[in-house]
Amino acid sequence: MKSHTLSVLVENRAGVLSRVAGMFSRRGFNIESLAVGPCEEPNMSRVTIVVNGDDGVVEQVMKQTNKLIDVIKVSDLTKRESVERELALIKVAAESGPARAEILQIADIFRAQVVDVGSKTLVLQVTGDTEKIDALEKLLRPYGIKELVRTGKIALLRGAKTVKSSK
Amino acid sequence: MKTGAKTLIEALQREGVDTIFGYPGGVVLPIYDELYDSSIRHILVRHEQAAAHAADGYARASGRVGVCLATSGPGACNLVTGIATAYMDSIPVVALTGQVPTGLLGNDAFQESDITGITMPVTKHNYLVKDAADLDRVVQEAFYIARTGRPGPVLVDIPKDVSTGVVQEGRPVPETVSLRGYQPTYQGHVRQIDRALDLIAGAERPLVYAGGGVVLSEASAELLEFVETAAVPVTTTLMGLGAVPGDHPLNLGMLGMHGTQSANYAVTECDLLIAVGVRFDDRVTGKIETFAPNAAVIHIDIDPAEIGKNKAVDVPIVGDVKAVLQALLRRMQKRGDTANWVARTNAWKAQYPLRYRDDDRLRPQYVVEQLSDLLKGEGIIVSEVGQNQMWTALYYCFKKPRTWITSGGLGTMGYGFPAAIGAHYARPDVPVVDVAGDGSIQMNIQELGTVAQYDIPVKIVILNNMYLGMVRQWQELFYDRRYSYTELPSVDFVKIANAYGVEGLRVDEKAGVREALETALATDGPFVLDFRVEREENVFPMVPAGAAINEMIGVRQR
Repeated sequence: MKSHTLSVLVENRAGVLSRVAGMFSRRGFNIESLAVGPCEEPNMSRVTIVVNGDDGVVEQVMKQTNKLIDVIKVSDLTKRESVERELALIKVAAESGPARAEILQIADIFRAQVVDVGSKTLVLQVTGDTEKIDALEKLLRPYGIKELVRTGKIALLRGAKTVKSSK
Repeated sequence: MKTGAKTLIEALQREGVDTIFGYPGGVVLPIYDELYDSSIRHILVRHEQAAAHAADGYARASGRVGVCLATSGPGACNLVTGIATAYMDSIPVVALTGQVPTGLLGNDAFQESDITGITMPVTKHNYLVKDAADLDRVVQEAFYIARTGRPGPVLVDIPKDVSTGVVQEGRPVPETVSLRGYQPTYQGHVRQIDRALDLIAGAERPLVYAGGGVVLSEASAELLEFVETAAVPVTTTLMGLGAVPGDHPLNLGMLGMHGTQSANYAVTECDLLIAVGVRFDDRVTGKIETFAPNAAVIHIDIDPAEIGKNKAVDVPIVGDVKAVLQALLRRMQKRGDTANWVARTNAWKAQYPLRYRDDDRLRPQYVVEQLSDLLKGEGIIVSEVGQNQMWTALYYCFKKPRTWITSGGLGTMGYGFPAAIGAHYARPDVPVVDVAGDGSIQMNIQELGTVAQYDIPVKIVILNNMYLGMVRQWQELFYDRRYSYTELPSVDFVKIANAYGVEGLRVDEKAGVREALETALATDGPFVLDFRVEREENVFPMVPAGAAINEMIGVRQR
């Protein structure tokens, strides 16, 4: 069992996301994360899906996704050179002076930005791969994480290759 | 300027639609008003589910796209079982539904249901049309998607204000459909075809396992040529019956849970399994680990997702079954020496024929045999689901594709009668017989109203055992004969038929079977035959759930 990052180009139409998500749930495929948004083509969106499963399961996931009429292309980026990023916003308790200073230090090491400062909390913004965000979360947990939100992973192939151009 | 409803009807006519099965209601009034003086024939059913099944039966009998129409809300919801039935068996159907006006969408309006959401898992694709100007394109795409690639149902949901909306006349309609997300592969990969031919040339015990894909692809002639040229025995799935003549010397009959002994033994002992238009369904394979355990597997299917889904495959060939078989035949240079193997499978056929106790009791198998003998493969046989379906599959000799219409994947009781209505409109030239059980027929018995109204000459053969027979059989075999809620009280089906104005006959004796069938077949209009058969007759052979398919019960053991 391992995580696979799938890049899925879809028609930018109402209901596409529910077609993809519905197919995953009815066939019992587990989505670890899902991120969707516009892409370089005006009428398409790119969905980045992280799924967990052995090679056979991932092959089925890709084939079944490909069968959806509104899905234009499905690529598994896991086996190829790609950049993967996630963004998280973390609201962490920071009441006492020392705690606040430590949190800021940790943020600095992770190159996280402080995007909101309150009298009792700080909101940090961090980008990176999943492991980096997991690590930061773990370090901040003892201070008290009030709220946390992650975007889900997005990814692109490295170099000149694109998902559309490659087979 | 013309209305959306008129645009819709014209678009349907461009697709060659001659018959629609439907049921009117509030938001489809504009469409029905256009149908009133259109050249398209509309058959008014008594329940929307029957409209969907009839469209499906029309499609299976003709190979063309079947069309059904229902209103929003309950009308649309009632189509769902029929759509799901078509989806599981890859049948091209276009379901048209009315919807509340766009301004009320999502408002819990009267008779609103999110039918595109509801049918997403059971359609190949679906559309909610929000602009009348899109109707031409959407209808064209819907038919294209339904009939091409791996066929399947497509639903088009049309809000009332789209039907009444105006569309400019004379707008050009695109000649071809092009969808960048939908490009089926029709030609098999040449390298895989040659790899397959190498395996075929080297195989000593090859077996063709053919299914509904052969029928859908109109590839029966090619399949027959292939099995004869390569001298390979063939077994078919429930959906593949008729793809090869039932009495062909290389045909071992149906395989699987209720397959013949020769077919199931052949699967277990073959060294090469050539799977053609099949999907390794659990009712076919039994315990998948022991299915064709000694065989290399070639799998030909148009849907890449079916290849490797249930069973590992050595040579995958994605493509249209007909095109791939033609390529195999074209490139075949050498075949294996299969003489011993063919002799062996023939010996099984002779040694383990299908059998039932042929005494003086009225047994359901006898009814099916007599029907087979009378029609000689020339009629269209439709079935319901359960014992009636399996007895028909086993004891009727199908000789041509599209003469056997049954709900295989979803196993929908109540399917047969309305599907038979659809089959009649597809093939008015041949007799259409629905073989039913007393349970199944009561699921859509209201369609007697439809056959009476239009004088549709469908014959209904009820194998009446006053049980939900297949469930009772399982209770007998695996639940210690505890017949929990499977007994049905006697129903006077002749009286029910008569009440609708349909002729009927009850048969209690074996001696009366032949004559009753002859009477029904000789009658011009619809006819109901109520055969009071042995109540606790079982379908054998049978592979218990989870067993290997060579471990059959109810047979003479090897």
